[in-house]
Amino acid sequence: MKPITELVKDLAERHGRERRCLLPILQGVVEQEKYLSEYSMFEIARQLDLPVTEVYGTATFYSFLECKKMGKYIIRVCKTITCSMKGERQILLAIENMLKIKVGETSQDEKFTLLETNCLGFCHKAPAMLINNEVYTELTPEKIREILSSYLNDKIIGGEHVS
Amino acid sequence: MGKKVKITINGQSVEIEKGTSILDAAKQIGVIIPTLCYHKDLCVAGNCRVCIVEVVGQKRLAPACATPCEEGMDILTNTHKVRNSRKHIIELLLSEHNADCTSCYKNGNCELQLLASEYKIMNQDFIHLVPFRNYTIDDYSPSIIKDDSKCIRCQRCVRTCAELQSVNALTMAYKGEYAQVTTFFKKSMNDVICTNCGQCVNHCPTGALVEKNYIEEVWAAISDKDKYVVIQTAPAVRVGLGEELGFDPGSRSTGKMVAALKRLGFDSVMDTDFTADLTIMEEGTELLTRLKKALAGNDKTVKLPMTTSCSPGWIKFIEHLYPEFLDHLSSCKSPQQMFGALVKTYYAKARKMDPAKIVSVSVMPCTAKKFEAARPEMHDSGYRDVDYVLTTRELAIMIKQAGIDFKKLEDMHFDRLMGESTGAGVIFGVTGGVMEAALRTAYELVTGREVPFENLNITPVRGMEGVREARIKIDNPLKEWAFLDGVELKCAVAHGLVNAKYLMDKVKAGKADYHFIEFMACPGGCLGGGGQPIPTNPEIRQRRAEAIYAEDAGMPYRKSHENPEIIKIYKDFLGHPLSEVSHHLLHTKYTPRRL
Amino acid sequence: MSANYILKRADFIFKNENDWEEVLTKSLARTPNELINELISSELKGRGGAGFPTGLKWKLTSDLKSDEKFVICNADEGEPGTFKDREILSKVPFKVLTAIAICGYVIGARQGFIYLRGEYFFLQQEMKKAISEFEFFCKEIKFDFKINIFIGSGAYICGEETALFESMEGKRGEPRNKPPYPTAYGYLGKPTVINNVETMAHTYTIFKYGAKRFYDLGVQFSRGTKLFSVSGDTPKPGIYELELGMSLSDFVDEFGDDDTKAVQVGGASGFLVPRKKFSETSIGFEGKLVGISLPTGGSMMLFNSSRSMFNVLDNYLNFFAEESCGQCTPCRVGCQQLLRGIKAVKRGEKPAAYLDKLLNLAETMQYTAKCGLGQSVANSFSSIVENFREEMIY
Repeated sequence: MKPITELVKDLAERHGRERRCLLPILQGVVEQEKYLSEYSMFEIARQLDLPVTEVYGTATFYSFLECKKMGKYIIRVCKTITCSMKGERQILLAIENMLKIKVGETSQDEKFTLLETNCLGFCHKAPAMLINNEVYTELTPEKIREILSSYLNDKIIGGEHVS
Repeated sequence: MGKKVKITINGQSVEIEKGTSILDAAKQIGVIIPTLCYHKDLCVAGNCRVCIVEVVGQKRLAPACATPCEEGMDILTNTHKVRNSRKHIIELLLSEHNADCTSCYKNGNCELQLLASEYKIMNQDFIHLVPFRNYTIDDYSPSIIKDDSKCIRCQRCVRTCAELQSVNALTMAYKGEYAQVTTFFKKSMNDVICTNCGQCVNHCPTGALVEKNYIEEVWAAISDKDKYVVIQTAPAVRVGLGEELGFDPGSRSTGKMVAALKRLGFDSVMDTDFTADLTIMEEGTELLTRLKKALAGNDKTVKLPMTTSCSPGWIKFIEHLYPEFLDHLSSCKSPQQMFGALVKTYYAKARKMDPAKIVSVSVMPCTAKKFEAARPEMHDSGYRDVDYVLTTRELAIMIKQAGIDFKKLEDMHFDRLMGESTGAGVIFGVTGGVMEAALRTAYELVTGREVPFENLNITPVRGMEGVREARIKIDNPLKEWAFLDGVELKCAVAHGLVNAKYLMDKVKAGKADYHFIEFMACPGGCLGGGGQPIPTNPEIRQRRAEAIYAEDAGMPYRKSHENPEIIKIYKDFLGHPLSEVSHHLLHTKYTPRRL
Repeated sequence: MSANYILKRADFIFKNENDWEEVLTKSLARTPNELINELISSELKGRGGAGFPTGLKWKLTSDLKSDEKFVICNADEGEPGTFKDREILSKVPFKVLTAIAICGYVIGARQGFIYLRGEYFFLQQEMKKAISEFEFFCKEIKFDFKINIFIGSGAYICGEETALFESMEGKRGEPRNKPPYPTAYGYLGKPTVINNVETMAHTYTIFKYGAKRFYDLGVQFSRGTKLFSVSGDTPKPGIYELELGMSLSDFVDEFGDDDTKAVQVGGASGFLVPRKKFSETSIGFEGKLVGISLPTGGSMMLFNSSRSMFNVLDNYLNFFAEESCGQCTPCRVGCQQLLRGIKAVKRGEKPAAYLDKLLNLAETMQYTAKCGLGQSVANSFSSIVENFREEMIY
């Protein structure tokens, strides 16, 4: 984990300091930090010579650029039509029961944050979810328990990379 | 001239330059298309969709503000489809708007209300969305109140803050149903980089952004028998006030304004123009002192260019964004604050009054002046120097509340002691005016001759271009200014903070070798201030500027140093410019502010 | 009538003959004009949903003079029920890369981008490998062309082409006013061709086999094949390449579960077709002479009789209310009103007749919204409310 100042500077050097480099830099910070703090936005604004409100306004537009503290693993359960038809509620319930958090909340140990998200593009394998960048499909409550256990033990079973 | 195209609007043929928007084309032939997100000062957004019109042959309606005219376009602005859609859009806006009009500060001067009234939106069928939101009113700023429940997301304020002012206090955040105009992490306007310039207020079509008003406080002071209420009026107010009270833009109403203020019950009505003249004496001397140190004394520590300090929006801007340049600012307080410091000292003494009983009120074209008056350092008289600041709009409200028929008022004169002014003081209200006033006095002080311009009108610094430059060569100065012989005095003028930023970046990069720069936060200078009548637009600013210059031309004195009351105050009270008393009462320091 | 247009499977896109080097080399040996004419005569239309003629798009950009031009492959596949683009990128990336490069050659661009939605982040590594192999080959044949991946961050609206440019420029993904169009004023204000992943893949087929092979498939106004993302109540969800012009009843015969009540053609922004209209509906672009022809980006969602159409619409409207960029009034507020409105009717807080006001509002949104998102909300809203009015009320 790099200190934010250094991280942002590195990202700016890697991607460039033009406005068009803003998204990759925001993504780079989120990749390490899981969210964008006020401080990190100030740093980005400084590096790119942008008004900090522009950074904030841009970041908040995108669902994956969170602006409040998140857990180490961000679970995003798809709530769009097919997943909703194929049992998204049960999946959410299983996660909520297991992690003792509700949608929008972060577990006390800051390991998990549970969110809902719009269509993940796995409608033929509904219901689906993302944990950070890993995709898990054709979920059942049993599968959820298996997947989450692996995260709890930090021995992650990968999602499917190609459908 | 570009290529011409032929189009038809409501059956009327018109030939128009290609690329002209349908909105402008329609206006030229007297067809009015309603707008909300559109503003002449700003780039076209095409967001509100109120201006939609039918282009024959197209299924979808086109936004008139954002659609360029093409050859052969057949445009209809008043079909059933257009009216029906427009009504829907107004209804939708009302459904997300806290339309509690009777208790709104903007009641009677709201563009959304006007549209709703024109289109007779009688039944609000759509579900009212405001109760589902957690709106809070941000009233922590001494200048501006932001009430999100009245925001219609037209983004005029956001564009104003970015395009005109490059301050970017406001932004659009989030998307969809949560899209909102807000500040960095939804902080109070008081806690972010905001210059309090009020341009957002001036550009807001609804009551989402309004000035914090002090009308009731001022009424209370007036009715308090123990208080002696003094009011000062800024130069730009006299060319704006009339617009709120039945006159056309560009009307001068100095005498009526004074009469109205007396009728309102102010015990003394005096003029900020007086302290504008005083500013010229102090600031001009400061500039010459700096030049002397730099040019004759070869003192490298002298900060040049020196910049003006009368625009409080500009001051807060530089404090936030260029804190390393604070030493370049003239140490002069603004005319408002000079007046405030003097009214509770010089004036109180002369009138044998207890300064504790004086309530010092100002009427300003400006919302940033409210912040300025509240600065902790502005207590040099031993009291708060300026107790309440009203905008031009607030004054108009008070005049209406008092039942004064403004148009029928007989002209009256300002009261003595701090009521006399010159044309130089008046032009403080227009961009370039401080520069012009300073040059009129400084040049004469140095050479013993009047500035070499016809009728003292220093035209190079006049106009509405964002940044203007002037060079004046000094020949044959008086003996004590011999070091200035042959020196070309390089001056620049910038108005609107976006232009201030442009110039400051040049200064920062070492690419600006000016001696003196005038900065005004608002487009057009104070006459386009955030506290001026709404609407303010390029055309109206132009008319107000003409009025200011006409006022100047008609004054018996045109140069600050000729003001008899200025001569008197130096003789009786201050001694000389930059004297110890001056330093104590008329000069100030600045605070670097966090980003 | 539907008998004329039976469902025909095809296999072009996923057939991997590993001949991209040859297709690229041969194409680069032809003149840009020849390639444009090939595309124009194939009558390929954009496969993202809007159906703009691809050849014309390339031609318009090619005709403009500019110091810089761009090719962008739109892989911001966000339409509910669509998942074909990811499949193309993961199975046959070289076809897409080749098509991007050929497009670059045709219009005079030296740089191409793939705007990959953030949800497909996991594809990135494999894609990058493919790109470096591809660029290596380009260098070998002395063709100066670079391809970059730009990753989105979760915003459906960025699939709208001008919103996508804004996003790539580091801004909020808010659609621009049009005109100017991307062909003249696209990414960084430069002439830009932006095509959906599948469209790119089809151009590969056309450059490989020639326009005629493609043109001979499908029906009038809707030539060629199309990938369909089939999901919902179907025993065989997945991706299928089919000729355009099939009737919906044939489609349901093939993919339904014998209890299909309705099919959503084109995702949440498309149309819902109830059972009674299956036989008169065909899948293709507008312009067919008889019956209803529905365009689609390929999303086909089947619903059986266990599904409440109210819930379906409620889900869509939630989606739109959240995913609207929020800048224009009809879309930002309209979506919320439609959503809250149907709920109010369902709860009995508004009379059933309120649905007519909402239908009228949806029509206004179609006429006045700034971009395709707001304009197309009416498609699903009206088709569901009109066909399943009872389900909305009771």
